[in-house]
Amino acid sequence: MAGDSDGTGGFARFTQFIWELRIIIALGVICMALSFASPYFLLERNLINVLRQVSVNGLLSIGMTFIILTGGIDLSVGSILAFGGVVAASFVSTAYKDVPSIHHLGAIGLGLLAGVLLGTVNGLVISRIRVTPFIMTLGMLSIARGLTFIYTNGMPVTDLSRDYLWFGQGGWSIYGDWFLPVPVVVFLLAFLVAWIVLYYTKFGRYVYAVGGNARSARISGINVGFVIFMVYVISGFLCALGGILLTARTSAGLPQAGVAYELDAIAAVVIGGTSMTGGKGSLLGTLMGVLIIGVINNGLDLLSVSSYYQQVVKGLIIVGAVMLDYFQADSDR
Amino acid sequence: MAMTANADVILGMDGAEKHFHGVHALKGVSIQLRRGTVHAICGENGAGKSTLMKILMGVYSADSGNMYLKGNPVRFLSPRQALDAGIAIIEQELTPIPDMTVAENIFLGREPMRAGIFVNYSELNRLAVEILDRIRIRLDPARKMKTLSVAEVQLVEIAKALSYNSEVLIMDEPTSALGERETDVLFEIIDSLKAAGKGIFYISHRLKEIFRIADEITILRDGEYICTKTVSELDQDTLVSLMISRKLEGQYIKENVPGNEPLLTVDKLFSRNRHNPISLELRQGEILGIYGLVGAGRSEFLESVFGVTRPDGGEIRVKGKRVTHDSPYAAIRNGLAFVTEDRKLSGLALILSVRDNTSITSVRKFNKGPFVRRRREALQVREAIDFFGIKTPSERQLVRNLSGGNQQKVVLGRWLLSKPEIMLMDEPTRGIDVGAKREIYKFMSDFAGKGNGIILVSSELPEIMGMSDRVLVFKDGSLAGEVKKSEASEELLMKMAT
Repeated sequence: MAGDSDGTGGFARFTQFIWELRIIIALGVICMALSFASPYFLLERNLINVLRQVSVNGLLSIGMTFIILTGGIDLSVGSILAFGGVVAASFVSTAYKDVPSIHHLGAIGLGLLAGVLLGTVNGLVISRIRVTPFIMTLGMLSIARGLTFIYTNGMPVTDLSRDYLWFGQGGWSIYGDWFLPVPVVVFLLAFLVAWIVLYYTKFGRYVYAVGGNARSARISGINVGFVIFMVYVISGFLCALGGILLTARTSAGLPQAGVAYELDAIAAVVIGGTSMTGGKGSLLGTLMGVLIIGVINNGLDLLSVSSYYQQVVKGLIIVGAVMLDYFQADSDR
Repeated sequence: MAMTANADVILGMDGAEKHFHGVHALKGVSIQLRRGTVHAICGENGAGKSTLMKILMGVYSADSGNMYLKGNPVRFLSPRQALDAGIAIIEQELTPIPDMTVAENIFLGREPMRAGIFVNYSELNRLAVEILDRIRIRLDPARKMKTLSVAEVQLVEIAKALSYNSEVLIMDEPTSALGERETDVLFEIIDSLKAAGKGIFYISHRLKEIFRIADEITILRDGEYICTKTVSELDQDTLVSLMISRKLEGQYIKENVPGNEPLLTVDKLFSRNRHNPISLELRQGEILGIYGLVGAGRSEFLESVFGVTRPDGGEIRVKGKRVTHDSPYAAIRNGLAFVTEDRKLSGLALILSVRDNTSITSVRKFNKGPFVRRRREALQVREAIDFFGIKTPSERQLVRNLSGGNQQKVVLGRWLLSKPEIMLMDEPTRGIDVGAKREIYKFMSDFAGKGNGIILVSSELPEIMGMSDRVLVFKDGSLAGEVKKSEASEELLMKMAT
């Protein structure tokens, strides 16, 4: 019945519109406040720096969004990131003697493969053996971290090839002080691809359907197990990609890299409005969540607030964002 | 009806108003519940029945209006307060705690204690048996809720509500998950409650039930109070016309003529611990009814046919061709569709939009490579919405916000788009209003009329008899017999099923 009135007036529709934009507005307000508080915040160099800092968490958060949309969780992202990073680094390191040095693109390929492999293990155990995602990825958090230490003998993988380092440190000058770092471009490309997958393919639809009601999805003819399997593989891939960017930026494959990164990734997804029970949420929200965390960390740094306080602030934002969603859900009934 | 308080009125409400998000849900509704009576509240979905009940039990508070309990003004701020004042409810949505036992669920929050700290389990179980005995249900109080059937869970909920010994009981669709036998038990309980001087508000879409047990009927329409009448003043047709304000000719629409060509042949299909070997044939143009009590294996059988559970033996043939349904996907490819018994549990993703729910089975059909052709999708979804007249402000509306009848139409719309030839329908009209029911019957008749086939599972005898060309009766997981349309009677079917 086209043209049916839904009983909401212009004002209600306007408030609804504002509500949907709330995260973007929140980000805008935070940025505005920081630009008043610190003269450095709006400098081109600083803004680029924020983007560079968030690109690794951004990659993890994309994968995390897919997983949380299916109703799962991935606690192993930081460990898989470390493993993928040291594997790739080891193949371009002149200091790491256990494997030959190869072309940097080959090394990156192997690093990505390592991440995909661990993601595959996560996905298989969760979708086939039905171990709950929390338990499986908690186990993988430990397993992948252990493998990373075994692989590196607990030592940083150093002396990486110049071509490889470009992925963390290179970039393109655009105009004046504006500089586009490679990690930012990689993150934005990954985001774009993820966007297309989630909103323009049937796989994306299935992700939402599985998270919305797995039983109904199965009866609708969806291979639920495959969808769940795939999101962990995707996450494994993105973790390794993040690990590669991180090792290239820090010029070393650190076995302890990425500890507790899962928290920031989950935080970004949650701040972005994605429901932990699945089926509800968006990639755009996650992007905003990633930026909010990045901007706050950066802003508090600029204001020389101790990192101890930064953690408190971040925690408050997470809880605050979720509380807002509950208020909305409540008045929805 | 006089609006003044009266000695035998236990609970009364005067001029209740309620708005939600600009929707005027209740427009000055008044109602009075008398001691020792069953007061039915009738109206289509969205008429305001549930909102009114939720105000009476303290879930919502009215924007304005006065509430009286035994002549004294009251206002409940929480269900707990209402419960303490003697108002208990049997809810439409069942809320058991799956890993707790029957007894623990009944006495949740008021377990008998030893020394004030430890739960006295033997006393707990004894009390539970006592209350279950009262409603003549044989259930081990130590069984976990998750091992119970839907009907049994419903009975436990009823036992729980009774255990409060409240003066007022609100029953919102208490029989929607019950078979005929359990329903009879419930009605006997209601009779004894009436005799004990309690008052009962009763909401049900099953009008026959209402005429069987109600004393008074209040009719609501679009949030407005229409009238209150005693049962003897009304008949079913008048009641329906008051509810929907348009006169209905016969309730069932059936124009399809069954042919002889077999469409679906099931040969000795069986599933261990779920149902025994069952053989049947569905012909082109036919609506085949399956009747049976709750727990007779009807839904389980449909699940085997559709590949939801893998059968342990037997054969399925679609138009003579042997097929294996090892997943619903395979069944869908062979032209089957499955409208499940519980649209909230297994039918729909409530937090997703009308569009996402409608296109989910057919999205693979109109995609290009991995990509969804969104414009074609939008057209198809629109087509389904228009076809069933689904009342939704837009296809982006969340299914959660639709009424039960419109939700069920979304399920049908989804299957319409996958273009099936065989539809398995498990209780397709459960808990939906008369208008939507009729539209679904019309769809069934048209669908079968085009040479397709439907297997209809229903616990409602009039529906089974009104819509089916043949009726199969299930009993204890086996096929108990077949009845032709011309021979079918409620008595015969009941006798075969029990």
